[in-house]
Amino acid sequence: MAVPNKIDPPEAAVEHLEVAPVNKREDRKLYKARVKIFPKRARGFFRTLKWRVMAITLAIYYLTPWIRWDRGPGAPDQAVLIDLPARRFYFFFIEIWPQEFFYVAGLLIMAGIGLFLVTSTVGRAWCGYTCPQTVWVDLFLVVERRIEGDRAARIRLEQAPWSLDKLRKRVSKHAIWLLIGLATGGAWVFYFADAPTLAAQLIHFAAPPVAWTTIGILTATTYVFGGLMREQVCTYMCPWPRIQAAMLDEDSLVVTYNDWRGEPRSRHQKAQHEAGHEVGDCVDCNQCVAVCPMGIDIRDGQQLECITCALCIDACDGVMDKVGQPRGLISYATLKDYNASTRETPVHTSLRSLVRPRTIIYATVWSLAGLAMLYALLTRDRLDINVLHDRNPVAVRLSDGTIRNGYTVKLLNMKEGERRFRLSLEGLPGALMTRSDTDAPPAPSLEIAVPSDDLRMVKVYVTAPPAATDEAETPLRFVVRDTADTESAAYKSHFARP
Amino acid sequence: MADTERDELSGVETTGHEWDGIKELNNPLPRWWLWTFYACIAWALVYTIFYPAWPMIHGATKGILGYSSRANLSRSVAEAHQAQAQYVEQIRSLPLEQIRDNPTLFEFAVAGGRSAFAVNCVQCHGSGAAGGKGYPNLNDDDWLWGGSLEAIHTTLEHGVRYEADPQTRMSLMPAFGRDGILDARQIDDTAEYVRSLSKLPHDADAAARGAKVFAEQCAVCHGADGGGNREVGAPSLRDAIWLYGGDKATIVETITNARRGVMPAWSGKLDEATIKQLALYVHSLGGGEQAAGEKAP
Repeated sequence: MAVPNKIDPPEAAVEHLEVAPVNKREDRKLYKARVKIFPKRARGFFRTLKWRVMAITLAIYYLTPWIRWDRGPGAPDQAVLIDLPARRFYFFFIEIWPQEFFYVAGLLIMAGIGLFLVTSTVGRAWCGYTCPQTVWVDLFLVVERRIEGDRAARIRLEQAPWSLDKLRKRVSKHAIWLLIGLATGGAWVFYFADAPTLAAQLIHFAAPPVAWTTIGILTATTYVFGGLMREQVCTYMCPWPRIQAAMLDEDSLVVTYNDWRGEPRSRHQKAQHEAGHEVGDCVDCNQCVAVCPMGIDIRDGQQLECITCALCIDACDGVMDKVGQPRGLISYATLKDYNASTRETPVHTSLRSLVRPRTIIYATVWSLAGLAMLYALLTRDRLDINVLHDRNPVAVRLSDGTIRNGYTVKLLNMKEGERRFRLSLEGLPGALMTRSDTDAPPAPSLEIAVPSDDLRMVKVYVTAPPAATDEAETPLRFVVRDTADTESAAYKSHFARP
Repeated sequence: MADTERDELSGVETTGHEWDGIKELNNPLPRWWLWTFYACIAWALVYTIFYPAWPMIHGATKGILGYSSRANLSRSVAEAHQAQAQYVEQIRSLPLEQIRDNPTLFEFAVAGGRSAFAVNCVQCHGSGAAGGKGYPNLNDDDWLWGGSLEAIHTTLEHGVRYEADPQTRMSLMPAFGRDGILDARQIDDTAEYVRSLSKLPHDADAAARGAKVFAEQCAVCHGADGGGNREVGAPSLRDAIWLYGGDKATIVETITNARRGVMPAWSGKLDEATIKQLALYVHSLGGGEQAAGEKAP
């Protein structure tokens, strides 16, 4: 283990950088000018992981609208489609009507509990790996690095006077950023219309104005947030860090600088050691600060700005390898383990720390919410009825003494293919129904055809002999049944006397 | 404050506000945020130059763009009228039955009729067209002057007992009591007979006497069986609907003083298309009848 006994640490192999964290305590002012950050490329386990997460999330975002899903004739064949004009949401085999929007509320509840679960176990993993802001900033940084070079080259270019070369690099960088923004906004609109059709319209400049406006806005926000504002969005605009920070506890995994091992830091370990001073493992190379996309120094401890992207872990592990020290000077650790650790008795955080009552409860609640939604989804009705009793007049006396009430009945066929429904009444003996749109004679029940995946509104008049209605209001149930199968729905209403 | 306090843990200035030992930190804002704030103020000032803004003694400054929400409204209304023009023109020129059989036109006409009804008719017939004492309920199947589209249209055009219109629907029930045609006893008997027609509780002896009076005085208009006559707007006395009330006292009052409800003629006040829309709307309320030539419901 790390003992202060370094004979010949290859310190020379480590590049020391002069870089100050952007949120240095001494520098805090009321209105702070932004300190530009030039994140250095990191290499290592977490960087590789982040490349993979980035590839997967971007692929999901850009490709999903192009997945086809056959729903039969007349229905959209796009797997994921938010059809605003027709008010339908399609997700593979699931079709959601507006009144079923509570499924989305259910998803939000799951997302909320999922946030509790993830934060209490692995800290701000959302921020560090999957947040669109992080993913797109990463993408924009790739472009920046390809064109302008890594950190040192970028700083030189920033300080260099304007030249043709600088202009060329800057113009091409911003142009590619804008193209990425355009592709991002362009992909977004495909979720709201048939993707191939809309793509053809866009190419021929025949797309609806709302598509262009949306693409324009999202191009601008992607470019501004991902290219220009970057860490400012996370620190100043996003409420998430504040919320997530409040949900961390001392058993949550956070990116931690193990100062019990690293301090006192020194750039001249050998000399210090020979002089009889105690030295820690930190060689103060500032690589952890240089790679940080938020521009902070993790050695200052947990802070609001940290998105736990773990790139400082990669940077530090690389340095530790070079100096021949064990990895993990900066590591994912819980506050509890960090507090318990000393140089002599280090406590390594294991995955077992993730399993504890709090996380088990979150996981259970999350699973229950998911199962409840799944059950509701699998057993939901695909027909529905809504009845609106005429309010003015509530009841009409006809010349033969019978009483008539008017109702607006809405029948919903949420399946593909026309269905014939039978509408009948319960609770009012002798009641007869007529429809305002046909001349059919009054009948105890009506057969109504409802078009495929649509709503049919019918004005229904119910007449009943006065003897059937002793009360001022008699409870009444409208029952609708599919004539082909057993599916049914009912709506409670009432029948009024004049 | 001369010396600002700094929070020990974070090194951030405090605002000096403290609640139960919890201090409010004055965390730094990014400068671009501050500039955005100033830009918003500048924007607001520029806005007041271009748009109506500053209140003066008489009205407000107009702004150099000449924006006016009132003018915009007038323009929207004009646009709406223009968009409706083709439907209105068709409704004006086509016969009522054809309008009813065209779903698009019918929907437009009923909607237009509903709003015209709300402006011109609700004062007497009520907002739901359910009427009231002396004002017929237009939802039911009882019509004084006929419930076909044509009949309703005629009633709307020329009104009822509306003297300014020579073609108005006209009939005058005699005031049997006030004009001394019948005496109180006869009126009482007739009222009993009228109640017997619609099977309401009555004095059978009086009703039998009243039957004779009815045959002499009333049957001319109300029919020998009391079934009414739409040619003269005489209501059926056999059904369950009473325009003024079916209790004994009200019937006696009706026979004594007569009832002569008036409805204004709307032709001249409303244009032809609006009157047609009103006819279609009233006909759609649930009691509309087929014309004689059409297939029976």
